Amino acid sequence: MAASAALAASNKGQTDRILTPAEKSVLARIAELPDGQVGRDNVVSLIRDDGLPHRRIEAWKYTDLRTVLGEVPALAVRPEDEDATKAAISYNRFTDAVRLPIFNGQHFPALADDLPEGVSVSEYAVADGNATATDAPTTTDAIALFDQAFGGTGLSIDVAPNATIAKPIGFANVIVGDVPVLAATRHAVTIGNNATATFIDRHVGPADLAYMTNGLTDLTLGAGAKVHWVIVQEEGNAARHLSQLNITLAANANLNISVLNAGGALVRREIHIDVAGAGSNLTISGVNLIGGDAHIDVTTTLNHFEPDTTASEIFRNVVSDKGTGVFQGRINVAAKAQKTDAQMACNTLLLSEAASFSAKPELEIFADDVVCGHGATCGQIDEDMLFFLRSRGIPLKQAEQMMVMAFLSEVIGRVDDDPIRNALDARIRDWIGLPPEVSVNE
Amino acid sequence: MASDRPNFESITMLEINNLHARVADEDTEILRGIDLTVNAGEVHAIMGPNGSGKSTLSYVLAGKDDYEITGSVTHKGKDLLAMAPDERAAAGLFLAFQYPMEIPGVGTMTFLKTALNAQRRARGEDELMTPDFMRLLRSAAADLEISMDMLKRPLNVGFSGGEKKRNEILQMALLEPSLCIMDETDSGLDIDALKVVADGVNALRAPDRSFVVITHYQRLLNHIVPDFVHVLSKGRIVKSGGKELALELEEKGYADLIAEAA
Repeated sequence: MAASAALAASNKGQTDRILTPAEKSVLARIAELPDGQVGRDNVVSLIRDDGLPHRRIEAWKYTDLRTVLGEVPALAVRPEDEDATKAAISYNRFTDAVRLPIFNGQHFPALADDLPEGVSVSEYAVADGNATATDAPTTTDAIALFDQAFGGTGLSIDVAPNATIAKPIGFANVIVGDVPVLAATRHAVTIGNNATATFIDRHVGPADLAYMTNGLTDLTLGAGAKVHWVIVQEEGNAARHLSQLNITLAANANLNISVLNAGGALVRREIHIDVAGAGSNLTISGVNLIGGDAHIDVTTTLNHFEPDTTASEIFRNVVSDKGTGVFQGRINVAAKAQKTDAQMACNTLLLSEAASFSAKPELEIFADDVVCGHGATCGQIDEDMLFFLRSRGIPLKQAEQMMVMAFLSEVIGRVDDDPIRNALDARIRDWIGLPPEVSVNE
Repeated sequence: MASDRPNFESITMLEINNLHARVADEDTEILRGIDLTVNAGEVHAIMGPNGSGKSTLSYVLAGKDDYEITGSVTHKGKDLLAMAPDERAAAGLFLAFQYPMEIPGVGTMTFLKTALNAQRRARGEDELMTPDFMRLLRSAAADLEISMDMLKRPLNVGFSGGEKKRNEILQMALLEPSLCIMDETDSGLDIDALKVVADGVNALRAPDRSFVVITHYQRLLNHIVPDFVHVLSKGRIVKSGGKELALELEEKGYADLIAEAA
C-alpha cells in the first residue's frame, strides 16, 4: 500500500511523465478536434498528469488500459447518407425490433423504424441536463473521460409512464466503412413509472479493422417500471469496445439484463446499478465468449441503497485459444438496505492451455439482515462426460461443442423472451460451431 | 434359398489377443494378458471379484484414453485399438456403463438423435429426420417403460438408478450395435428393474449381435442366459465354461474357484 501510494503521489502533478503510445494517441486525437467541448481541457490534463488507468488501479487490475488500448483512431465523421443507407439495407437483424440506426456513432433518424406510441426519441444533448455522470470524470473512469473528450453523440429516449411497449427497441450500433475510426456514443434512456419496455443494444462492425467504440448510457427506471435490457456485443475481431451502462432503479422497479459478449479484441463492459428504490428486483444473465487473442472484461457494481431489494447475477464464460477474460463483480449494501438478497456467480470453462480468466467478486455489506453470496468457478470440460458422449458415436469436436453449449444453457434459459432467447442461442451456437438444434421435443 | 442367408455363427466379432493394460503413469498392470473370442450371436459373461479388471476391460474396449495398452483387439476384423471412441461406436461397439453419466444441459432426446445421426453419418448413411427418429424412439421407449417426459429431461439428470440403466438399454436399442459390452448393468437395480432391463437385452439378442456381459453376481445371468462364462481374476481369464460355471461360482464363491484354477 505504502509503495503504491508513494508512486501515486510522485505521479501527481508530474507533467513530464513518459506517456505510453495509447496516452500519446489519445492526446493527439483530442488535439485534432475543434474547440468547444466542455471539460476537454480537464480531460487533457488528467490524461497527461495521471495517465490512463493501469493495473495498480483496483478497478482496472486486469485490464491495463495504458498498455492494452493501443493507438486510438481519429473520431469518426458522420457517414455519407448513401453509405448509411447501404449499411441499413445490409444490416443483419438480431431479432424483430424497432431499429434505431447508429452508424459510426451517429444517429440516422431517416433510416429508423417508426416509433411505437409512448416512446419519444431525440438527439442526446448535454443541455438537457443529461450529462451528470460526466460532469467531473476521474482518471479511473476512463470511459466517461473519453466520452467527455470526444463528445459522444446519441439519443435521449423516453418511455411514457404506464406505457407497455411490446416490440423491443433496438440500438443498431454499426461501424461503417473500411477505415479504423473512433465511434463515441452517449445515450440517456428514461422509463416512466409503471412502464414496460425491452431494449436491445447491439454492436457490430467489420472484421480485421482496428476501430474503437466508446459508449456511455444512462438508464433510469421509474417506480414500478419493468425493463429487459439486452446487450449483444458482436464487434469485429480487431475492435476495441469500451462501454458503460449506468442505471438507477426506483421503488419496485424490475430490471432484467441479458449480456452476450461474442466479439472484439479488447472489451471493457461496465454495468453500474444504483438500486435506489425499495422493493426493486434485478437480474443479470451474461455469456462471455472469448476466443483468439481477445480480452473481455466485464465489471459490474450493484449498489443496494434501499431495503427489500433482490439481485441475481450470473455470468458464464467460455475461453479458448489465447483469450483472456475478466469478471469484477462488486456488491455494496448500505446500512439502510436491510433484507437485501443479492447473489452473484461467475463460472468459467477454459478450453485451451493458454486461455485464462480472472474473477474478482467483492462484497461490502453494512446492513446486518441480508443474504448475499458469491461464487466463482473455473474448470475444463469434464473428461468422463466427454467420453460418455464419444462412446455413443459423437465425434470429439461435436461432443466438446455440446458440452460447451450445455455449460451455457442454464444462463440462456434465464432469458424469458422466446425470440430474444432463440436469437442469443443461435449466436452462441454459431460461435461454438454447433449446428442449429433441430428440436426433437414435440 | 436358405443358402443365401449368411452363417452368422461362423463370423468372429470380438477377438482379444494378449491384452495388457495399465493406468498411464502407474506401474500396476490391471489387465495381464486377456484372450477372448466372441462369435456372432453369442453371449459371453465375464465374472470376477472386485478389482479383477472387469471395468477396466470394458473401458479399454470402448476407448477410454487413461490406459497404456499392448496386445490386439479387433471387431469384425477391424483394429479397435486404432480407433477413437466414436469410431468404435460407429463400427458397432456399444458400452452400457456401470455408472451412466449425468450431463446437465444436454437434453436426452437431443443427445439420442445426435448420437444416432453421428453414427449414421460416419457409416455414410442418411441422417434420420425428426419424425422418423420420433417414431423409432417412441417404440423403443415404450418397450422399456420409459416415459416421453423422462426423455425431455437433461441426460440422466435426476434419473433413478433403474431409469439410468433403462436409458442405457434404450440407447443400445436405438443405436443397434453389433457388439454390446455391458458393465455391471445389474448393479443398483431392484428385481423388477432388473427384469425390465434383461427383457430389453433379450429382445435385442440376434444372430448378428454379440454380447459381453460383465457382472459380479450370477443373478443377472438367470435373466440373460449366457452361452459362455469366463472368470476374470487379477487381469486374466482363469477359467472358462458354459452357463453352469456361473452357478458353480455362486455356490463356491470366487476364492475357491480361483484357487482351483491357479
